[in-house]
Amino acid sequence: MKWVVVRFPGSLDDDDVVYALREVLAQDVSIVWHRTESLGAADCVVLPGGFSYGDYLRCGAIARFSPIMKSVKRFATEGGLVLGICNGFQILCEAHLLPGALTRNESLSFVCEMATVRVENRQTPFTNQLEIGDVLRLPIKHGEGRYVAPEHELRQLEERGQVLLRYVANDESFGAGSSPNGSMHAIAGVANERFNVFGLMPHPEHAVEALLGSTDGRKIFESITASRT
Amino acid sequence: MTPASLPGEPKVDVGLARAHGLTEEEYGAIEQLLGRTPTFTELGVFSVMWSEHCSYKSSRNHLKQLPMTGQGVVGGPGENAGALEIGDGLVAVFKIESHNHPSFVEPYQGAATGVGGILRDILAMGARPIASMDSLKFGALDHPRTGYLVGGVIGGIAGYGNCVGVPTVAGEVMFDHGYDSNILVNAFCLGLARREQLQSSRARGVGNPVLYVGSTTGRDGIHGASLLASAQFEPSATAMRPTVQVGDPFTEKLLIEACLEAMETGAIIAIQDMGAAGLTSSSSEMASRGGVGIELWLDKVPLREAGLVPYEILLSESQERMLLVAAKGREEELLRIFRKWDLNAAVVGCIIGEQRWRAWWRGQLVADLPADGLTEKAPVYDRPSSPPKKAMTGFRTPVKRARPSPQVALRSLLASPNVSSRRMIFRQYDWIVRGNTVVGPGGDAAVLRVKGTSRGLALKVDSNPRACARDPYLGTQATVCEAVRNVACVGARPAGITNCLNYGNPERPEIMWQFIKGIEGLRAAALAFNIPVVSGNVSFYNETEGRPIPPTPTIAVVGILDDVRKHIRHQFAQIDDLILAVRTAPPVLAASEYDCLFGNDSDEFWTVNLGRECQLVNGLIEAASLGLIRSAHDVAEGGTAVTLAEACFNSRQILGAEIVGLKSEVELFGEGPSTIIISTAPQCLAELRRIFEPLEVLVLGRVTKNPRLRIAPHIDEDVRELLRIYEGALPLSLNSRAGSKPQSEPQLSEELSRQ
Repeated sequence: MKWVVVRFPGSLDDDDVVYALREVLAQDVSIVWHRTESLGAADCVVLPGGFSYGDYLRCGAIARFSPIMKSVKRFATEGGLVLGICNGFQILCEAHLLPGALTRNESLSFVCEMATVRVENRQTPFTNQLEIGDVLRLPIKHGEGRYVAPEHELRQLEERGQVLLRYVANDESFGAGSSPNGSMHAIAGVANERFNVFGLMPHPEHAVEALLGSTDGRKIFESITASRT
Repeated sequence: MTPASLPGEPKVDVGLARAHGLTEEEYGAIEQLLGRTPTFTELGVFSVMWSEHCSYKSSRNHLKQLPMTGQGVVGGPGENAGALEIGDGLVAVFKIESHNHPSFVEPYQGAATGVGGILRDILAMGARPIASMDSLKFGALDHPRTGYLVGGVIGGIAGYGNCVGVPTVAGEVMFDHGYDSNILVNAFCLGLARREQLQSSRARGVGNPVLYVGSTTGRDGIHGASLLASAQFEPSATAMRPTVQVGDPFTEKLLIEACLEAMETGAIIAIQDMGAAGLTSSSSEMASRGGVGIELWLDKVPLREAGLVPYEILLSESQERMLLVAAKGREEELLRIFRKWDLNAAVVGCIIGEQRWRAWWRGQLVADLPADGLTEKAPVYDRPSSPPKKAMTGFRTPVKRARPSPQVALRSLLASPNVSSRRMIFRQYDWIVRGNTVVGPGGDAAVLRVKGTSRGLALKVDSNPRACARDPYLGTQATVCEAVRNVACVGARPAGITNCLNYGNPERPEIMWQFIKGIEGLRAAALAFNIPVVSGNVSFYNETEGRPIPPTPTIAVVGILDDVRKHIRHQFAQIDDLILAVRTAPPVLAASEYDCLFGNDSDEFWTVNLGRECQLVNGLIEAASLGLIRSAHDVAEGGTAVTLAEACFNSRQILGAEIVGLKSEVELFGEGPSTIIISTAPQCLAELRRIFEPLEVLVLGRVTKNPRLRIAPHIDEDVRELLRIYEGALPLSLNSRAGSKPQSEPQLSEELSRQ
């Protein structure tokens, strides 16, 4: 399958997604510059982590107006798979491709650590190689990852199974509670209603090699591959 | 045409020169060099370029002593940073620099632009920045300004480093009264390049265009180098805030990507960061190094606001700007790349054959100097030095208090601000981005893998001001030994040193003496380990109202692992492993953390045996490469007992340890060169003894499944409880003493007058 990674000015984990996909998982990946209008042939589009436009104004608020986002929206409307990681998740929320919003961490400071998340739904293109209740160790690194949505929307999300990943407490959180950023319902990742757009704050691309501490992120990429073959 | 001051500019005389930080003699030398009175613009330019910060006039003579060349060093003196071959055709480029005074005056922006500045130094070498570290020294936690400064500095490093996408992988933080009114912020950056990608900072080729790229030029940072960095502090220091630059990490990220893309074209002849003294230093240094002249057209410089005059344009220290010399005819190709990245880019001058440094503005010549007048012709001083009459400590004499039991002492040490976990700090830094971090903050040294190879790089920054205050020569040696040892503890071969030498006012003989002793100590240790000093930085005038900081040479070491998979961590990993101590000398309590907390009867101080230090380091590297050790941890602040506790804090699986033979306070809490704690499978003991011969290898005990730290007969603690103390201490002291809300700034002048 063909992966396309969008590079915005200020994208930081773009090279890391490309490395994980191309070098570790032997996938066909290309990068598109945000000013391009066309995605080209793509099976899955990845919006990577970083500080697009410096996260000035509000995370993802400017990037959603980049020329490429028109194509990303069209692609998503046509059922194409879109994965937003960290800043990519924020952009997807700002672009209304995903419900809810990401606000400042409850602690008001940036947090970088290994998080533990639990799989909540496996019947999606992003989690089909996992089991419900599987616990994944994935790094997080963000200042604005507190997922919020109105109560009725949260209830809908839960009912429809759109919450795919939820934070759980681990040994490294040192009593900080189960959610490292204060997310409502401890939400770490959500999908849209059609389950073809998925955003998550943890970084699966930084968890694909044992040398770097975890391989739990592979299953997310492998699920996507499996869903398209 | 003779250059002239512009209408309305002040009359240039010796009084004005003095107000610019120049001495009467220096002003005389300028008049002699020019054969006339300098213009106002020229005076400004001289004042920054001849400042201590830019000219190294007090240190230059002494820095020559350092071994700058050696195995694997490419490039070398005269470039922005040294480069070290690491195999597979790759070079590592690294350097550490101070941003002390700006960070004290405006902690967030001061620290942020410290990070940004060192990144651009590495970028200018043609390397992609891949990791940062920071060495931070704050005043005591009970000082009213400390909370504000800590919050600002950490926030600035996180805000800049995280947004620019370079991981902050290691560092050190110390709190002590010696830094109450002059904190230290030393920022390190490591970059990686293919050898043939290395760029030059030597301008050449008459007619080649000079390109300005990056941010616009504003009024920020004017006289940052001369008046802020090269003078001691006064109570009115906060009035200096306009001399601090403001950082924009987003633009820096674009600048990094654009420069790396532009370098790939081969159209860049020379490139340099516009750092201290901005356009002036970058242009004059490139011209002087290349033995050519340069002409600048100041009207072409992209400005942030209208109305800037030549003096301001030349002296601005606005951030995120680079100056480059392009091959003639290829400037358009380069300008296109920078515009793609939404950056300003303009041709602002050209290289001339005549060795002059000229600046034009609106058709008028505003400066016309010999090209080397600002650099090579800058004054060099051999300042007098003499040992202080009584040992300068900068530290409060430890108060002799009632000695607690060893068990209570261990708890107190684990909670001490200089020992306890730094997690609340480093969890605010992205140490993961770029996907190379094998061992992040919290270990003895950080370990990065080098993509596309089997290799790894290890890096660590250390300092030991307490020891340097007692004996600046031995203290500096011990600092080098510690940084080298930390890198060896992760299994890497130490390969290069960079240093940031922080001292008080060099015009005082006792400060100069500390500095010279520091250089001598650094030289002796570098030679003993046979490790080149590839780059460095000197920061003088770290004193306020006559109170200097303790002498603080900060040493960073980069090491190489041939097989990154063989890296060693500092935590115990396997039940029933033997716990060993390998040491070059018995520990002592003098100048230890225990000493600072509880006092100490003995004044016996340690010495450094460099030969034995080399044996220890070489033994570690060999043992690691043979796979004989499962963990290695250097004994530092808090002594052996604290080191053992830290080794039990394995986040994946908390383990315990059963130890016998550590009975006295000095054995439990003593420090000094050098002891390492290693754990190993029992069958490896004989082989390890052979490797470390003739050093002492003591069997201390074994790793246990039961999560208790038992050090017979005095200590028996639940490791989880110790971990809770260790992790909780710093958040607790910062939040309770400094308030958990973002701090408003206490009035500096009032504080100083109270002291």
